[in-house]
Amino acid sequence: MTATAPRSTTERAPLPLDVAAVRADFPILGRSVRDGKPLVYLDSGATSQKPRQVLDAERWFYENVNAAPHRGAHALAEEATEAYEAARATIASFIGGQPDEVVFTRNSTEAINLVAYAMSNAVTAKEPEFRRYAVGQGDEVVVTEMEHHANLVPWQQLCERTGATLRWLGLTDDGRLDLSDLDTVVNERTKLVTVTQQSNILGTMPPLQPIIERAHAVGALVMVDGAQSVPHQPVDVAALGADFLVFSGHKMLGPTGVGVLWGRAEVLAALPPFLTGGSMIEVVRMEGSTFAPPPQRFEAGVPMTAQVIGLAAACDYLTALGMENVLAHEEALTEYALAELQAIPGVTVIGPVDTVARGGAISFTVEGIHPHDVGQVLDDQGIAVRVGHHCAWPVVRRYGVPATTRATFYVHTGYDDVDALVEGVRHAQRFFGVDTQVEEAR
Amino acid sequence: MKLQDMYQEIILDHYRNPHGRGLREPFDAEVHHVNPTCGDEVTLRVKVDGDTLTDVSYEGMGCSISQASVSAMYDLVVGRSVQDALATGDDFMKLMQAKGDQAVADELEDSLEDAVAFAGVSKYPARIKCALMSWMALKDASARAWGGPAA
Repeated sequence: MTATAPRSTTERAPLPLDVAAVRADFPILGRSVRDGKPLVYLDSGATSQKPRQVLDAERWFYENVNAAPHRGAHALAEEATEAYEAARATIASFIGGQPDEVVFTRNSTEAINLVAYAMSNAVTAKEPEFRRYAVGQGDEVVVTEMEHHANLVPWQQLCERTGATLRWLGLTDDGRLDLSDLDTVVNERTKLVTVTQQSNILGTMPPLQPIIERAHAVGALVMVDGAQSVPHQPVDVAALGADFLVFSGHKMLGPTGVGVLWGRAEVLAALPPFLTGGSMIEVVRMEGSTFAPPPQRFEAGVPMTAQVIGLAAACDYLTALGMENVLAHEEALTEYALAELQAIPGVTVIGPVDTVARGGAISFTVEGIHPHDVGQVLDDQGIAVRVGHHCAWPVVRRYGVPATTRATFYVHTGYDDVDALVEGVRHAQRFFGVDTQVEEAR
Repeated sequence: MKLQDMYQEIILDHYRNPHGRGLREPFDAEVHHVNPTCGDEVTLRVKVDGDTLTDVSYEGMGCSISQASVSAMYDLVVGRSVQDALATGDDFMKLMQAKGDQAVADELEDSLEDAVAFAGVSKYPARIKCALMSWMALKDASARAWGGPAA
């Protein structure tokens, strides 16, 4: 089954990042898969690959400094604490925040759960100062139909625990957030509004300013899910104006097992703990305990120290590339990929079809071939994409498809990767014999 | 080429022209199974007369593997005793655990007939659940029907 790819006619804007130089930093991109096929990794939206600089930072910590931070007074413990807190400062600076506003969690999912559980723990907190953000019957929590399950299910559960009501903003047919009923959905009963900064399945970047302004006008807190935005665009919490921002290290070239909850200092100060135990306390007696100020209040147990240090190295790596360049790089690839994919008869993009307020996550369907089968043929050619509902089941339901195939781009992605994807999709059509059917139907 | 190992012609035939598809009356039990990692779904009904599976009817959406699997299963189990059908399901499970071992496939060929073509799927751990979904639904529905005809 050999066929020559038709030469692309789409214009290729010069890419801001030096793809060959970046790729040289990622050892895994040198391997092959499925009987010698070079790896084409288009699944950074699920998890990103790691540059050597990040791997080296973790190894440096274990080989030279390893000890439990914030415990003990021996030399290693002091150095480990210093390295851990220096990493916190680097990560805070990456998003324009203060170090004591950065709480380390396992990932974005845990960061969101931390806030959701703190808000229900507030209901029964013995300390009056921790009851400020309690939610209960008559209160409302607002999400959007575009959220990843991680930013939906914890809020459904919070509402079930407390008797609060879950409301949501819907989607438009062209893959955008529908703000037409913003003023009724977000109202005086709203306690918290949570919204993604970039949809993991549609690529959409919803307009956050009107949502944040409306939420604050009615006295509600605002959380921004940055799992898909912080890795791919400049984010500055001061300019953003939200109360919480969450993101995951592993999606931004960092290690697995570390995520971040950034919270406005005065808001974090008024939240009761989620997980309790060692190192988050102030005084412990048999009868009861008092708690440390943030961020320690939310970091029970020995933290993921080496991973935090790896994440700081990832922030340094991205800063050196320049987040404006990362954004522009992915925008150029997205524009090219949207044009090339849509030029294939039978391919439908699910989500915005232009690059306005849109990131480098492209979901699509191929007429006559289930997304799993598309993904399998791509995999056979060494191309890693994600298939399924992408942990955003309501989104695929909204657009009337059982699942999609999704390609996501990052700093090492080049036009050659997109060309491989496009040729792979054409190959899938030939393999399943739908190429001629689609042509004939036209 | 590996891809053809999985997408045997017989599997693609079942996918394009499924056998026994559609939900039919009467039935003794109906179940709905989903594969939560990918969103594949099947609704499956069984009609049991004595200990014979007189009909298995279904509607579903999913990939070629999941849809072909339910079609091949229909051919294998309708008209058989519930015990035989479930024993065949156990054989299919063995095939799915064989990691592409041809000896296992050869051994199960008499029992699984067309469905032995799914042997190639067992080399792809992420797709095994697609092939197994309908068999799990059949097991579930048979157990419910065994409890007595639906009201």
